[in-house]
Amino acid sequence: MTGDALLSVRGIGVRFGDVDVLSGVDLDIRPGEIHGLIGENGAGKSTLGKVLGGYYRATHGRVIVGGQTQDRWDTPTALANGVAIMHQELQLVPALTVAQNVFLGLEENSHGILRRTEAARLETLMDESGLRLEPNARAASLTIAEQQKIEILRALARQARVIVMDEPTASLSRKEIDQLHRIMRALRDEGRSIIYVTHFLNDILEVTDRITVLRNGEKVHTRETAGETRETLVSAMLGGVKTETLYPPRARTHGGVVLSVRDLVSTNGTRVDRLDIRAGEIVGLAGLVGAGRSEIARAIIGADPATGTVEVAGRVLRERTIAEATEAGLVMVPEDRRGQGLVMSLPVRANISLPHLRRLSLGGIMAKARERALALGLIRQLDVRPAIVDGDVSNYSGGNQQKVLIGKWLAGDPKVLILDEPSRGVDVGARETIHREIGRLASQGVAILVISSEIDEVLGLATRVFLVDRGRLVDEIDPDEVGEARVLAALFNHQGTGDTAA
Amino acid sequence: MTRAKSLQFLQTYAVLILIALLMVALTLLSDSFLTGRNLLNILNQNAPLAIMAAAMTLVIIVGGFDLSVGAIFAMGSVTSAWLAVNVNPFLGLALAPFVGLALGLANGVAITALRVHSFLATIATALIFKGIAVALSDGRLISARIDSFTWLGRGRFLEVFNSVWLMVVFALILTFLLTSTTFGRRIFSVGGNEEAAILSGIRTNRVKIAAFAINGFAAGLASIITTSRVALGQATAGDGLELQAIAAVILGGTSIYGGQGAVWRSLAGVFLLALVSNGFNILSIDPFYRDLTMGLIILAAVGISALGQRR
Repeated sequence: MTGDALLSVRGIGVRFGDVDVLSGVDLDIRPGEIHGLIGENGAGKSTLGKVLGGYYRATHGRVIVGGQTQDRWDTPTALANGVAIMHQELQLVPALTVAQNVFLGLEENSHGILRRTEAARLETLMDESGLRLEPNARAASLTIAEQQKIEILRALARQARVIVMDEPTASLSRKEIDQLHRIMRALRDEGRSIIYVTHFLNDILEVTDRITVLRNGEKVHTRETAGETRETLVSAMLGGVKTETLYPPRARTHGGVVLSVRDLVSTNGTRVDRLDIRAGEIVGLAGLVGAGRSEIARAIIGADPATGTVEVAGRVLRERTIAEATEAGLVMVPEDRRGQGLVMSLPVRANISLPHLRRLSLGGIMAKARERALALGLIRQLDVRPAIVDGDVSNYSGGNQQKVLIGKWLAGDPKVLILDEPSRGVDVGARETIHREIGRLASQGVAILVISSEIDEVLGLATRVFLVDRGRLVDEIDPDEVGEARVLAALFNHQGTGDTAA
Repeated sequence: MTRAKSLQFLQTYAVLILIALLMVALTLLSDSFLTGRNLLNILNQNAPLAIMAAAMTLVIIVGGFDLSVGAIFAMGSVTSAWLAVNVNPFLGLALAPFVGLALGLANGVAITALRVHSFLATIATALIFKGIAVALSDGRLISARIDSFTWLGRGRFLEVFNSVWLMVVFALILTFLLTSTTFGRRIFSVGGNEEAAILSGIRTNRVKIAAFAINGFAAGLASIITTSRVALGQATAGDGLELQAIAAVILGGTSIYGGQGAVWRSLAGVFLLALVSNGFNILSIDPFYRDLTMGLIILAAVGISALGQRR
C-alpha cells in the first residue's frame, strides 16, 4: 500500500500543551485521488491536514514521501516534495498582482533584478490548468473564491502533486463551491491528489474518492466514498459506543426566570428573539464551529453592540456594558482563555479579582487582605493546583488555568453564568471538576448557559438545548429524548437548508 | 530549568547587578567618585529624567509609548519661564505641570479616539507641541533670573536638593498608585491582555488616557526643575529626553511588551545611565565612547528581555 502512495503518515500524534489533539494516525494518499478528512468539531481533522502540509509539526510519528521517511517536515520541505497547503486564512500579499502572488519566491531574475515575466508565465500555467484569472489584477481586489484560485495556481507553479485544502468552502457561495469542486476533479484527473478538510458532509460525499473519519484525535477508518452515506458518516464520527462521561445529576425543578432576552439583534449577525433561563436551570447551545454561538453570548453580556432587551432577575440592563452586566450578576467565561480570559503576566490572585476591583477596594485603594481571601476561597473550591494565591498563572496547566478563569467569574456570586467552551483543552480530571462545579452552582439557583462544540457535553449538562445556526436559535430539543447522533444530523441538516437558501 | 531560572534572575536583577559592579569599579578607579557630594550631584542632575522615566513606566506597562514627553518638557519650560517673567514666578512653577497634564490628556484622547498606536500618535503630537513651544517663545530664550523662580531648581531642603525630594516623593506616589490601587491593577491588566481587561468590565480607554495624562504631568514637573535651575525657558530644552526616558525604563527591566514592570526599575535604569556618564567624566575618557557604551548597554538589556519573551 505504502509503495504506490504519494504521501503517507504513520503513527502521527500531536500534543498541544497537555492535550493530545491527534494520536496514532496512519494515512496513505494515493496518486490521483480526492481524499476527504471529516470529523466532529475538535476531532483533529484540521490538525491532521496541517501536519500533512507541514504547517504543524507532529509530536510523534513519521511522514513518508515516495517511500522515503522524512527527517523534518515543515512547509518548505513539504513544498520541495510536492505537497502544498491552502490555508483557511489565505496567505496572499494583497498589494501584489495575481501573477506576482502566484510566482512569489519563484520570480525569474538576473542578479536580483526582476525580469517581470510573471504574467506571461502565468498565462502558460493557466492554459495548462484551465483556471482563469486576470494576471495583472491586484490580489486585494479579488473575491475569496478567486483568491483561492491564486493559492491553487501557486501550488501548481511549484509542481505540487498533493494539495491540502483546509476548510476551503467556509466563505464561498454554492456556485463557487461547485466551481471549486470542478477544479478539484480536473486536478485529480491530471494525477494530482487533493486532501479535502471540511465539515460539510454533502460536499465531501459529492466530490471525494475516499474518506477518512476522525474521532477524538484518532482515525476511525478510511473507506471508499461510494460505500458511504450521511448516516454512516455521522455514526462513524460519533462512534458506536458512546464514551461514558459522568455528568452531575440534573435538577428538573427550577425557580423563576433570571435571565430574559428579547429581540436581541447584534452587529455581529446574531438574532435571538426570545431566550429565558430560570434559576437553577442549565440551558445548552449546540452548533457547528462558526455557527455564531459565542457571538450570541457576547451580545447578551454586552461585549458586542446589540439592540433588544436583556433582563437579569427582573432588572433591565440599560447601559449594556460588561461592567453593568457583571454588577447585575450576569457574567461570561470566554472561550479563549489565553486570548480573552486570563492576563498571563498577573498572578492567580489578580486574575480572579480583576472584574471585582470596585468591590475589593476602598477609595481606589486595594483591600489586599480581602482580595487574597477571595482568591484563596475559590482556589480551594475549584481545586486549583498548585494552590498558591500568588502563583504564576502562565505556568499552570490548561485545566488549572481554566479553573482560575471560571473562579474569576464565580468570585462575584453571579446569578447568570454563561460558559463558552468550559472544558476545551483541559484534562479529564479538570473537566470533571468543572462539570461538578457547574452542577453545584445550578443546584444553588444559578441560571446557566453552556456553549460547547462537544455535543455530548451540552447534552450531558443541560436540561434544554438550543441548536444554533448562523447566529440564530433554530431548534429546541430535550436532551433526554434526543441523542447525539440526531443532534449532529439536525445541525448538518440546518446547515444544508442554509446552503440551498444562500 | 536552572538555565531558565538563572535567566529569570538575570532579567529581574540585571540592572542592580550592573549598578553594583559599576560602583565598585568607579570607587576603585577614582577617589572622587564615592563622595556624598558626587553622588548627590548625580541624583540632582538626573532628577528631571528620573521623574519622566518613572511616569513613562506607567505608559509602557499599559502597552504604549510616549515620544512626546520631550516636547511637553519644552512646553513646560517655555510656559513656566514666560509666566515667571510676565505674570508671577510662583504661578509659572505651579502651572507648568498642569500644562503637561493637559497635553498628556490630549495624547491619550488622540490615541484612543483615533485608535492609532501611541508610537505614531505621539510622534505627531510631539511635533505639534514643539511647534507651539517654538511659536510661544518666538524661537528665543526666555531668561528668568528671578530668585522666586530659581529657588526650586537650585535650593535645598535638609541638605538635599529640592529636585531630589520631588523625585523621591513623585516616585513613591507612582509606586503606591501602581502596586496598591485599583488604577494600578487596571494598568497592568490592560497592558497584559487588553481583551481580557475589556471582558472584565474595565474601560481600557480611560486607563490609557490616565496613564498618558500622568506622563504629561511628569514631563511638566521635570521641566520646572530644569528651567528654574538654569533660569532659562527654551523650546529646545527637552530634545532627546523622551528616548532617554524610554531607554531607562527598558534598561530597568520593565517589559517593552507591556503588562510587567515597576517604578523602582526605571529609577535604577536612570541611575545606571547616570553612573556611566559620571564615570566618563571623572575618568576623563573621550565622550565619544560614552554614547557607544550606553548604546551597547541598552542593546544588551533589550536582548535579555527578548530572550525571556521567546521562551
